[in-house]
Amino acid sequence: MSHILKIDQLTRRFKSGSKMLTVVDNVSFEIEEGISCAIVGPSGSGKTTILGLSAGLDQPTSGNVTLNGIDLTPLNEDERAEVRNLHVGFVFQTFQLVPTLTAEENVMVPLELRGEATKEVRKRAVQLLEEVGLGDRTHHYPTQLSGGEQQRVAVARAFINNPKILFADEPTGNLDTETGEHIENLIFDLNRKEGTTLVLVTHDLELADKCDRIIKIKNGEIESDISKGKEVVA
Amino acid sequence: MNKLAWIFKMAWRDSRSNRKKLFLYLAAIIVGVAAQVAISSFRENLNDSINEQSKELLGADLEVEQSSPFYDELEAYLDSLGGDRSDALSFTSMAYFPKSGTTRLSQITALEGNFPYYGTLKTNPLSASKSFQNTNSALVDEPILLQFGLEPGDSVKIGLITYEIAGALQDVPGQPVAASFFGPRIYIPKQNIEATGLLQRGSRLEYVAYIKYPEGTDPVLVDETLDAMNDSLRFGYDDVAERKEEVGEAILYLSNFLNLIGFIALLLGGIGVASSIFVYIRQKISTVAVLRCVGASSNQAMSIYLIQAVVMGFIGSTIGALIGSLIQLYLPVLVQDFVPVDIELGLSWTSIFIGILTGVSISLIFALFPLLAVRKISPLFTLRSVDINLSKLLSWVTRITLFGLIGLSVVGYAWLMLQDIIAALFFTFGLAFCLILLAVIAFLIMAGAKKLNPKSFGYEFRQGLANLYRPNNQTSTLLLTFGLGVTLISSLYLTQDMLLGTINFESGEELPNLALYDIQYDQNDGVNQIIQNNGLELLQNVPIVTMRLQSINDTTVADFLADTSRNPRRWALNREYRSTYRDTLVSTEKIDSGEFIGSIDDPDKLVPISVSTDLMGDLNAQVGDTIVWDVQGIPISSYIASTRIVDWQTPQPNFFVVFPTGVLEPAPQFFATTVNTPDREASLKLQQEIVQSFPNVSAIDVGQILSTIREFIDKITFVIQFIGLFSIITGLIVLAGSAATSRFQRIREAVLLRTLGAKQRQVVKIQVIEYVFLGIMAALTGLSLSVGASALLGYFYFDIDFIPNFTILGIEVLILISLVLLIGLLNTRGIHNRPPLEILRDQAS
Repeated sequence: MSHILKIDQLTRRFKSGSKMLTVVDNVSFEIEEGISCAIVGPSGSGKTTILGLSAGLDQPTSGNVTLNGIDLTPLNEDERAEVRNLHVGFVFQTFQLVPTLTAEENVMVPLELRGEATKEVRKRAVQLLEEVGLGDRTHHYPTQLSGGEQQRVAVARAFINNPKILFADEPTGNLDTETGEHIENLIFDLNRKEGTTLVLVTHDLELADKCDRIIKIKNGEIESDISKGKEVVA
Repeated sequence: MNKLAWIFKMAWRDSRSNRKKLFLYLAAIIVGVAAQVAISSFRENLNDSINEQSKELLGADLEVEQSSPFYDELEAYLDSLGGDRSDALSFTSMAYFPKSGTTRLSQITALEGNFPYYGTLKTNPLSASKSFQNTNSALVDEPILLQFGLEPGDSVKIGLITYEIAGALQDVPGQPVAASFFGPRIYIPKQNIEATGLLQRGSRLEYVAYIKYPEGTDPVLVDETLDAMNDSLRFGYDDVAERKEEVGEAILYLSNFLNLIGFIALLLGGIGVASSIFVYIRQKISTVAVLRCVGASSNQAMSIYLIQAVVMGFIGSTIGALIGSLIQLYLPVLVQDFVPVDIELGLSWTSIFIGILTGVSISLIFALFPLLAVRKISPLFTLRSVDINLSKLLSWVTRITLFGLIGLSVVGYAWLMLQDIIAALFFTFGLAFCLILLAVIAFLIMAGAKKLNPKSFGYEFRQGLANLYRPNNQTSTLLLTFGLGVTLISSLYLTQDMLLGTINFESGEELPNLALYDIQYDQNDGVNQIIQNNGLELLQNVPIVTMRLQSINDTTVADFLADTSRNPRRWALNREYRSTYRDTLVSTEKIDSGEFIGSIDDPDKLVPISVSTDLMGDLNAQVGDTIVWDVQGIPISSYIASTRIVDWQTPQPNFFVVFPTGVLEPAPQFFATTVNTPDREASLKLQQEIVQSFPNVSAIDVGQILSTIREFIDKITFVIQFIGLFSIITGLIVLAGSAATSRFQRIREAVLLRTLGAKQRQVVKIQVIEYVFLGIMAALTGLSLSVGASALLGYFYFDIDFIPNFTILGIEVLILISLVLLIGLLNTRGIHNRPPLEILRDQAS
């Protein structure tokens, strides 16, 4: 099985006043294509920073990120944006829908950015919204939707570009248990159906347990890396 | 769909729910462009009118004037031109209206011939303009007829002759209505003019010839011939081209000046644009971050908002251009009195195009500040809620480049308007200095409020004061925009008040309020007797002797005039001097250098004279220089014994040259007398009695003149203030915009405070305190700058010591605070009596 994501000796430091804080410290791991992987750890452990670096949202202080065979390190921000557009999907804790766009338009954005034909894109967006159970809310604005509905729109948007890899940051963190479960099921179902690799950051150990692999982060370092059936301790 | 189309589509979609928020942004541009288009359209229409009516500006092809009968050489040349010719004698004299028993110093034109050849003397009835010369009757300015309740058929006495009023004079070609401000115009026939008894020694007469060229005359050749002749002879002339140029230039200066004031409104609008786009983009950070996250490039993200800014700028500019085109319909009402042509109005497409282009450019340039920051918004913001300061995302190089771009645009526009790069640079640096000063003051206010916020004061007061320096405060924006507008308008008010203050003599008991001129030698005792019979005090009774310069230090005036590199100024060499003689200085004079010699025993020796410092400069003379005067044919040699500083602002006879007693007594002379009358009735009665006994004596009613000057200054300043008002309106709009964009933040604070138990009254109090502080700061800053600007104007330009009028300043402070408070409170309307949750839900959308 090939690796969709390779993280090699990744370090990220931030300036805090006159001091430098090392948030991610020399982390390396690889994620195989098609699996689901949870990154867990306490608040401030560096898991969201690792997600951001892995998805090309940020530049590491040192180390390399290779996503779908593309080394992100030498790319500038616009080049990384193109990589994200072609290969990556996102689901965020705070949904991050564009408030001025309808549900359908929000879902369409990644493909529209590629300059693809509107009719087909719209058809695909509606189909995805139907799959997440929002076929009758396509023309609603985010503020007209509940939190769970907004996250479902975000999930539909995440899958519209048939991403190779989906990054989810606490996807159920802002939802009640029932809605949260519904969203979890959706993500995992679509993940399986579309053959996408899933990388999610969460506090929720139950959610993490549903994944094929769990990487536990503590103080910016990998504390443990457990795959179903085998455990690797860093 | 290609990527460019997506950007446009996205810009459209993104703007859907935000258009209302951008209304104030639009309004700032609308007002600025409206001011621009109104003024430039008006100027273009005015220029067109001047071009179309160019010959009517003169009423003839050529006008020649001389303060004595024409020289034979000049007369011969004018005769050789052929064509049609009218002759006139112009002078000022008292006019007496028997029906109303009133008198008025008037501008008399005694006309012979068919002038005007272009345009018409507009009269009521129409026929009067043609008939008054044949019927030996008069045309009298319409306003004076209305004022005195007179009508055609009544009479006017000029000198010794009583004329029937043939008609009301409404318009003379080439003369603006303002021409009659300082004395009504009266036209009488030239024939028999001697019989008025007004053509006496000392009378200031202007001999004028109006000529209509015969076909085939080359105006350029005439101009060249007269110019050559003018080198040796003292006369003046004007042809159509020259008059058109003079009028055009005057109007260009005025409209350029107004245009720059209007441009300030547009620049303030630009600041409003930058400020509203900053706040707008701040609300869009998460949207941009999401778009960046899903693959939008930095340029794509920026372009979405760039398109919105340009489109809004275009819409605002177009609406502004339309409103400006409507406002220009009102401008003629303001300035018609000052322009010598009938203004024909029409749409000026050039002005509209330039207005829209300027508006869009200003929107774009100012919007670039926040828009370039969009490029720096990281997709990482989707993962973390980051409170970023957009302006800090821009590098210093970018900021300096943008400021440079704005500076260059302002210089370019000002250069275009003023046609003078130095003046354009002065305008730009002056404006930049003002804005920097305002920004520094805003910074100091914020720092001061932070440091001095008194802990012993109540919570509401401290919170209100703290709002001045908290993040996203409105202090800088308000001080920059509103402060600049206030500075502009208030400077105009204070300067107007300063100018009017210098002529506010009416209450001065010891100052004369009636001046009598042209009293002949044999009339002096009679006039003095009438004054005494009226129980009035004669303040001054000064003899006046007319003379001309013959030579300075043995160089004749003719030699000076022939020398193009001469230092003495032409007017000083050419003018007819009206000098006096006395043995003492008067209260309006003090010696600057040399020694004042009041009397001499031997008039055949060099006569020691005293010359005013102003004239010394214009003659380029020194104490001790010798001057030979031509006193009505008799040469008198003198030397400059002293120089005097003269206060010309007092309403009494002052002189460039004062002779000692013992020299000029035998010379032909006339007198000027000043009187202080206790009230207007006494003044009118005295004028009436003197004019009836001595019709050639002119009375200058100081009260009348002052009210005319006041009216004149009021009219001029109103025009400027009208345009300046646009800056205030823009300032208010920008303030409203700034307040509106921070509405959500304020509402959140208000709701939070109410959730924590604050009463509605307390929340309102905090807001009132904040806006009152803002109002006070903006008003005091703007007014302080305007006091400074007025003082500088007074010192450098008008030579007046400026004392601010604290009544005006106090009223301005109250008005400005009220305005700021009103806008601030309007912004928070409706949030106090609704449940906190409902408001939060609404605003989130």
